[in-house]
Amino acid sequence: MKKNSFKAWLYLLPAIIFLGVFMLYPLIDVFVYSFEEGYNSASQTYFGTGTYNYEYVLHDPYFMQALRNTFILVIITVPLSTGFALLISLALNSIKKLRMAFQTIYFLPYVTNTLAVGLVFMILFKKTAYSDGLVNILINMFGGESVDFIDGPYWAKMFVLCFYTIWIVLPFKVLILTSALASVSDTYYKAARIDGTSRWRMFTKITLPMISPMIFYLVITGFIGAFKAYSDSVALFGTDLNAAGMNTIVGYIYDMLYGDSGGYPSYASAAAIILFVIVLTITVINLMISKKKVHY
Amino acid sequence: MKIKLEHLTKRFPNRTKNKPDVIAVNDFNIEIPDGKLVGLLGPSGCGKSTALNLISGLETPSEGKIFFDDDDVTDIPPELRGVGLVFQSYALYPHLTVLQNITFPLENLKGNKKLSKEQMRSKAEEAAKLVQIDGLLERKPSELSGGQQQRVAIARALVKRPRVLLLDEPLSNLDARLRLHTREEIRRIQRETGITTVFVTHDQEEAMSISDVIVVMKDGVIQQVDKPQTVYDDPTNLFVAKFLGTPAINVFVGSVKKGRLFIGDDDVLPINGVDDRKVYVGVRPEGFIPDDNGGLKCKLRGVEVMGRDTSIISHHYAFEGESIRAIVSSEDAPDRDSGDIRFSLKPGKVYIFDKETEERIYPASGK
Repeated sequence: MKKNSFKAWLYLLPAIIFLGVFMLYPLIDVFVYSFEEGYNSASQTYFGTGTYNYEYVLHDPYFMQALRNTFILVIITVPLSTGFALLISLALNSIKKLRMAFQTIYFLPYVTNTLAVGLVFMILFKKTAYSDGLVNILINMFGGESVDFIDGPYWAKMFVLCFYTIWIVLPFKVLILTSALASVSDTYYKAARIDGTSRWRMFTKITLPMISPMIFYLVITGFIGAFKAYSDSVALFGTDLNAAGMNTIVGYIYDMLYGDSGGYPSYASAAAIILFVIVLTITVINLMISKKKVHY
Repeated sequence: MKIKLEHLTKRFPNRTKNKPDVIAVNDFNIEIPDGKLVGLLGPSGCGKSTALNLISGLETPSEGKIFFDDDDVTDIPPELRGVGLVFQSYALYPHLTVLQNITFPLENLKGNKKLSKEQMRSKAEEAAKLVQIDGLLERKPSELSGGQQQRVAIARALVKRPRVLLLDEPLSNLDARLRLHTREEIRRIQRETGITTVFVTHDQEEAMSISDVIVVMKDGVIQQVDKPQTVYDDPTNLFVAKFLGTPAINVFVGSVKKGRLFIGDDDVLPINGVDDRKVYVGVRPEGFIPDDNGGLKCKLRGVEVMGRDTSIISHHYAFEGESIRAIVSSEDAPDRDSGDIRFSLKPGKVYIFDKETEERIYPASGK
């Protein structure tokens, strides 16, 4: 028995070493830095230990701004993108002709580079000296006033960011949900039909519970992904996100490390740990809900 | 409730283009009497499940009509036909408890048929009692054995009091022991409820043991509709004769010459009323009598003792297949297992089929 467990550890060793060196050690390190005041990575020195970094970060208006942006982004995009993905998957599942063609179209954003997509969005939304952008032309056609989506009011910028995020995460969710829907055996629907079940009841009582594990998977990974949003914001508003007022938590961490105001690994570490705690809390809550709601 | 099928036909377009349609059900004409248990029997792919789906309304026929009593239900959707269907895979909703599964059909009722929670529960309990799963109502399907799941599926089909109960391969997912038990259960439940029941199976023993009437199918065409014993004793053609009975019927190539039946060159029986021609000769395993003066000369290959009976395994050059299996009572069995053996044949266990059409020509049909 003892010999066996030794062997087991031996077999696990390669994975443990890799995970330890590249995952666990950095995590612990960040945790340690976050309590070291004014840590300097070049000289490996710091002034003292304590919760000062956290106090600083939590009182930094830029961090609060990033926190608020991130939360708005998460709360809007996760439910909306999952909902849209479900609608699109249901539609895809119910058509026969052109299904493959539509599936390919819906999957295209997934294989397109984030920054390239950002460029397209700029053309759609950006107001320049020459043009108000495609979307504004549409708004004008319906008699509305032009809005500057990229450098204008906060809600307009947030709208574009959410729109962009939903669009970019949609394909993966559509892919997962269409395959989940396809895996629900047809006999369930046949049995339901024999029993005179209405379409709505089939959807709520059969389809939804059957694909609920996949929906919760998407919600959980969606939350985590949205909390870590950064590249989307950069693609739309450039690298000076603080000035644009569109920074996210990860953006703030990056700025603290490498940005123009950077060179503060301690603050960055503290912010990273705060993000970690938030994501952990939300995920635990999600899992607790899914245990109650996902039936099998 | 009586079910009547008139010229019922179902064609499916061929997957390969420019090939003719697949005819799964070909010109069915049967009348299933009220309150009977009917087995649709045939090899896989013969269209028996399609026939069941046509009766349930899940498939619409290409041609023909379906009547329940005197109502034409051909164009009526499944939910209005009043049928209960038990699927081969049971199709129990895995996220619902047994009770919720059974009440599911009741919750769909609308208007003045709508039931209160208590009514639903009592109906569900009644159905559960009938199939003897009343102690399992709070379990999930995954916590049940195959046999129990099967009962839940039957209870769910029965709970809304269908006029017709349809079972698609009800026993195929159960192990051998459970199968024996469950088929008696199905018989019992059918008797207690008196609901006209149609079930599909490829297992002739299953069909023989519980059906009131067997419908034998091949390639979408009905071969014979009769009581189980009649189908066995009086098969209309070679296919039916081969399909029913374990061990299977022994088929030889033979001929009729001047009122005598020959298997190969062996003169085995006098035959009246059959013209000279080439034929297939089918002999049931119990139709052989070991007899030193018998006409059929076979090579003995072995003897299998089964207690009450003994199987004699032998071979004959005119035999179609691997080895002849004859079942005799143990005292008649030879005490050796090689060499030659001679049989005489019991006339009532010998069937003669036309070589071309494979229709039975002897004994001449009693009907």
